[in-house]
Order: sequence, then C-alpha cells, then structure tokens
Amino acid sequence: MSYANLYEPPGPRGVRRNRALAGAVTLVLLALAYVVYVRFDEKDQWAADKWLPLLRGDVWATFILPGLAGTLGAAVAGVLLAGLFGLVFAVARMSEHAWIRVPAAAVVEFFRSVPLLLLIFFAFFGSYMLIGVNISAFAAVVFGLTLYNGSVIAEIVRAGVLSLPKGQREAAYAVGMRKNQVMRLVLLPQGVRVMLPALVSQFIVLLKDSALGLIVGYDELVDRGLNGIAANFSNVIPAAILIAAIFIAINTSLDRLAHRLGA
Amino acid sequence: MEALLTERETILAAFWMTIRLTAVSALGSLLLGTLLTALRVAPLASLRAAASTYVSVARNTPLTLVLLFTGLGVGANLGVELSDDIATNNFWLACIGLTAYTSAFVCEALRSGLNTVPVGQAEAARSLGLGFVQTLRLVTLPQAFRAVVAPLGSILIALTKNTTIALVVGVSEASVRMREMIETYGDQVIEIFLGFAAGFVLLCLPMGLLFGWLSRRTAVAR
Repeated sequence: MSYANLYEPPGPRGVRRNRALAGAVTLVLLALAYVVYVRFDEKDQWAADKWLPLLRGDVWATFILPGLAGTLGAAVAGVLLAGLFGLVFAVARMSEHAWIRVPAAAVVEFFRSVPLLLLIFFAFFGSYMLIGVNISAFAAVVFGLTLYNGSVIAEIVRAGVLSLPKGQREAAYAVGMRKNQVMRLVLLPQGVRVMLPALVSQFIVLLKDSALGLIVGYDELVDRGLNGIAANFSNVIPAAILIAAIFIAINTSLDRLAHRLGA
Repeated sequence: MEALLTERETILAAFWMTIRLTAVSALGSLLLGTLLTALRVAPLASLRAAASTYVSVARNTPLTLVLLFTGLGVGANLGVELSDDIATNNFWLACIGLTAYTSAFVCEALRSGLNTVPVGQAEAARSLGLGFVQTLRLVTLPQAFRAVVAPLGSILIALTKNTTIALVVGVSEASVRMREMIETYGDQVIEIFLGFAAGFVLLCLPMGLLFGWLSRRTAVAR
C-alpha cells in the first residue's frame, strides 16, 4: 500500500528538511521515552530483581504457562461454541419461516448490543439464583464469549452467504437439492470461505476478550501475570509488559494468517 | 422489577457515567485517530513507523490490560494526577486508556477510507500546488471521513460497550452497579440483567440508526 501520491517526491531541499524533521521527531520520541524511563526508574521498575523473575523457569511453569493455557482454553472453547452458535443463528436468520427468522434476529441483535462483561456477571453472580449452583469462572467467561461473539459471527456468516451470486442457489435447486442441502452443501461453505478474514479478526477479538476473565477471578494470562507474578515479586509493570508482548505476538500472527487467507 | 424501580436513581447515575466515559473517549479517539492516520501516510518514514507500531500494539493488546496499564503505569508509576478527587482522577485515567485503545481502530478505519479516495483526487490537489498537509486536510481526509461514517459508528458502539471495562481502574459505571444489585437483590437476577441490557440497547440502537442514516447522507457519489 502506498500513499506516495499524497506528496511530491522531495527535491534536494525537501530531502534536507525531511531529514531534519525525522531527527526532530526521533528526538521527541526519545525524550518521551526518557521521561517514562526516569519516572519508572524512580519507582524502581527497571531493577533487575523485578525483571529477572520473568526469565525463571519456575515462574513460567507456575504462572505464565498455566495462564496461557487458561486464556487459550477459554478462547478455544469460545471459538468452538461461538462458531456453532453463529452458524445456527445465521441459518435461522435466513430461514423462510418468519417464526424462526424473527426470534433468531431478535436474539442476535440483543446479544450484539449487550456488553460482554454484563453477560459474564449475569452468568457468574446470577447462576446460583437461576439454576441453584454456582458456575465456575471459566463457564461464565465461555458463556459470555459464546453469546456475544456468536451473534457477531452469525452476522458475518449471514453477510457472506448473502454476498454469493444468486446463481449458486438456483443451480443447486436445479440439480434437485433440498433446501437443507442447498444451505449446507453449497451456500454455507462458500459464505464461510468468503468471510474467513473477518472470522479470524473476530477470533482475535474473542481471544482478547477472554482477558475479562480476570474480573471474575478466572486464571487466565492477565490474572496470572498481575495477581500471580506481580503479587510475588511486586513487579506489576514488567509483568504487564511481558503479558502484553505475549498477547501481541499471538494476535499479530493470527492477523497475518487472516491476511494470507484473504489474499 | 421493584429493585430496578427503587434503585432507579443510582442506575441512572451509573449510566450517566457510562455516557460521559463514552463521550469523552469518543472525542479523544476521533482526534488522536485522525492524527495517527495523518502520521501513517506522512512523507517521513520515522513518523509512519512510529504510528503503525502504536496502532498494532494498541489493537492487539486486550482492553483489560490497556486499562490496567493506564491505572498502574500512567497513574501509579508515572504519577500523572489529573484531579485531587480519586473518583475524578480514575475517570480521566479510564478516558485515557479507552482513547489510547479506540483511536487505533479509528486510525484503521480512516486509513481504509483513504484507500477509497481515487488517486486522481490527490494528484489534482498536488497539481494545484497544495502541499502534503493541505492535500490531506482539504481534499483526501474529508472524502475519507465520508466513506467511513458507518465503520466509525460501529467503533463508537463498541466503545460504548467497552466502557464497562473501566471498572478495572475503579470507575463505578453500569456494570459495577449491575454486579452490586445482583448481590443485593439475588431474587431478581433476570429483571436486573434485562434492565441493564435494555439500557445499553437504548444507547446503542439509536447510534446505529443515526450512523446508518448519516452514512447514506454523506456517501460520496462516484
């Protein structure tokens, strides 16, 4: 992607000016970094005893890897259930029968506009009153992720199917397929394929959202980092930086995958 | 229903906090997002690199972590104090975190909007003698904005829902109130949940309609 059409290729003076500007910008950024460095240094955030624990095997074994397993566990369960929810409700919303279509649309629109945290709180704090047992934090997180992301996925899948040429459906009917076969064998596979990049982006959203588990005490990565590592070594900032780096690494690789699938 | 009725004043106060968080962060994200977009297409490689690093870091970090970092890093460690009152200070910290996160998405949307502006528009601007900033400000960005009204609407709706996460920096908004109420009025869990959910539907639905209408009105005919 190039935006070079927004400006003239610089001449000799322009090149000099750009170099001077680049120098100034670098200086400003360095100054900013320096201020942060000094302020953090005053609070001893760069002390070796705060960073070295992050390199220790037992810290990884006790906190980081279990946390990562918790995050990925909730994300995988969320992806599977939200995917299923999304497929079912996308198909239901495209049904020819109004008594299926209208409730499905209502459910999808409702869960799309309710914040995920409210769903998690509802499941976690309300479960005892509703079903007589306290559900685990994991179940509450997955419940929220499924309903919220599932309804977004339903819309993505539906948009994919609606974007297909009409001839696909007509041809399928012409070779004698039933309604169910047309949807299952012809439309859905193509619709999902068209929307793969959007689906992967939504899975990244889901993975990031699993960090809300911290608020109801689910042992995921952010929780293990801040309430586990930081509580033991009082190194909140280093732990937060490490955890952010892990999330960024996972998400950017998924993002690349989405781009490759789109190409 | 009685819980919702007896507590209606505290519920309204909680939603008022949600609205204020949304409004301040939306304004901040729009400004910062536009600035980031300009930086990402600037003639200077260092500006482009700085802005795109920022955007990918902010986009790929969970908002929970961004907000925790704002509270612990910016608040506790950088010693940024925006008010003597703890509640007000937390409010501004939450706005900083929400803005830092949301502006990355605004930037992504605007950049894709810039892609929809035909090359000839910028070339014509340059041939009139406009410089980079003028081309961006007068010709390409206004068209980009008109192209991305609908996506900006989705970002605003997402922001409204995301304000619930401000509870991790100690802001008492709708989700905090709902949790407290479920604990106090355990026998009315469903009503309480539906009441708070309805509050968000009431906030988000008109926004969706407004932005849908705006995007049709402002679409650039090509």
